[in-house]
Amino acid sequence: MNGLATRDLIIQGSYLAASVLFVLGLRSLTRPTQARLGMQQAAMGMLFAIIGTLLNANILTFQWIIIGLVVGAIVGYPMAMKVPMTAMPQFIAFSHAFGAVAATLVGVVEYRVRSAATGDEGLSHGLAAALGFEVLFGALTITGSFMAFGKLQELITGRPITFKGQNAVNLTLMAVAFGSLAVLIANPANATAFYLILGLALFLGISMVLPIGGGDMPVVISLLNSYAGLAAAATGFAIGNNVLIIAGALEGAGGFILSIIMSKAMNRSFANVIFGAFGAAPSSKGGDKGAAKEPKSISAEDAATQLAYAGSVVIIPGYGMAVAQAQHTCRELDELISKKGGEVKYAIHPVAGRMPGHLNVILSEAGIDYGALLTDVEDANRVLATADVAIVIGANDIVNPDAEDDKSSPLYGMPIFRPWTARTVFVIKRGKGTGFSGVENPLFTRDNTLMLYGDAKGVIGSLIKEIKALDEGH
Amino acid sequence: MTQIFQLYVFILAGFVGFIVIQRVPPLLHTPLMSATNAISGISLVGAIVAAGGQYGRVSTILGFIAVVCGATNVVAGFLITDRMLAMFKGQLKTPDAGGKKPETSK
Repeated sequence: MNGLATRDLIIQGSYLAASVLFVLGLRSLTRPTQARLGMQQAAMGMLFAIIGTLLNANILTFQWIIIGLVVGAIVGYPMAMKVPMTAMPQFIAFSHAFGAVAATLVGVVEYRVRSAATGDEGLSHGLAAALGFEVLFGALTITGSFMAFGKLQELITGRPITFKGQNAVNLTLMAVAFGSLAVLIANPANATAFYLILGLALFLGISMVLPIGGGDMPVVISLLNSYAGLAAAATGFAIGNNVLIIAGALEGAGGFILSIIMSKAMNRSFANVIFGAFGAAPSSKGGDKGAAKEPKSISAEDAATQLAYAGSVVIIPGYGMAVAQAQHTCRELDELISKKGGEVKYAIHPVAGRMPGHLNVILSEAGIDYGALLTDVEDANRVLATADVAIVIGANDIVNPDAEDDKSSPLYGMPIFRPWTARTVFVIKRGKGTGFSGVENPLFTRDNTLMLYGDAKGVIGSLIKEIKALDEGH
Repeated sequence: MTQIFQLYVFILAGFVGFIVIQRVPPLLHTPLMSATNAISGISLVGAIVAAGGQYGRVSTILGFIAVVCGATNVVAGFLITDRMLAMFKGQLKTPDAGGKKPETSK
């Protein structure tokens, strides 16, 4: 008897330690210098929780657990060590899907076991509610994340896929899913309702992510992050485990906060992102406005001369920079300008890239000091106002002045950078097209804007060559 | 009664998460997401019990798959977070052969 109590105490102790280390780990993320250590401690917490669980008296055989853990480690290790920072959003989507599969399957097992049992071990209404939410959020996250993965990896088109009455279909399915949940809670033995929720949620994950365009991915990924957390928390309710509830609540809160930040940075509501299907609408409108003026272009040689004598340069990268893999060349240019006495800063918009903070990790991986990254739009605009040169690389909507000037623009109200307040603006752009939103950009026709057409990596490479050539001429 | 306790834990943990995570700077938003993702891989704990609990063959198989997925989530999540945070650790300019070479040509 005594031995049993000690064992339970050890298990609960390991869970408590894990919960505390998780919270401390997340808190360490408020300071870049402490973050790594804090998260390593959180990983230790996870190890404690796993070891503690292995002491559980209900576990009778260990072979499948051990094989499963080893296979998971073998799959996870190379994935994590090899993935490039540019592919981080896909990777996170994938990882969400894995976690959600685990949560959902635990829910199915628990439902099967509990509905076969009787008395205290049987299904109560509360338990049915927890299991219903678990498979609902879990299944939604599984297919939603796989769809997001497919879009980000460009296995399926990144453009919104829409059909008539799509929102009505989705809303109906959602209503049926919640209806089934209500039935399940009222009558926990109703297995049809349980599996209907599972099936509908799997389908909803697909049909909700399909109409969302690539540029809106930061919101989708954050939302899936939140759902994955809620699925884990519901698992905790179902199996009566507090560490799952705590970890799930932490992730749920994190994903929720990020979704709000991302939506704000695009000046759009959640509902608009989910049901809006941006991009299809107003592209025809801007055309006649822009037609009056042609953008001016500049040669790499002339641009290099200006950069060589610039005192302060602000680089505004967008996802296009990551696509062109130009971040390393960018760092070389940075070093060259710095050596000549100029100061280089980077203005990183909250929604630049395909997930929250995406470009920060891409630039950091390239070896750019994070002290040079301006992640606050207002701060960045203050620096831009006194800069000699602003270089826009593969970004479009986040520097579109229409967001401030044109009330009819779909971007209106979005907080943006003001590169035109710098003395000169260079825009490095692949060709004369619009951004993902299909909106014309009047920045390109401003008086102090000069275009450098071409692949970002190639253009920056030739800028570097020209600046070096200037040196040799002296 | 237990469910009321669970709700307490959930809501309080949610508040803690809200307060702590709100202070994470945009610089670290990507690591934040991978960190919370790794932490919620804690579902693995439930998967372990399902896989080892002798609830019949179907449950064992489902539990086994859940352990594989959960373990992948945990291992990959923590490793990638560590990889990213290692890049943000020092203020030192990374010693990079490619960046230093031009100096010698002067």
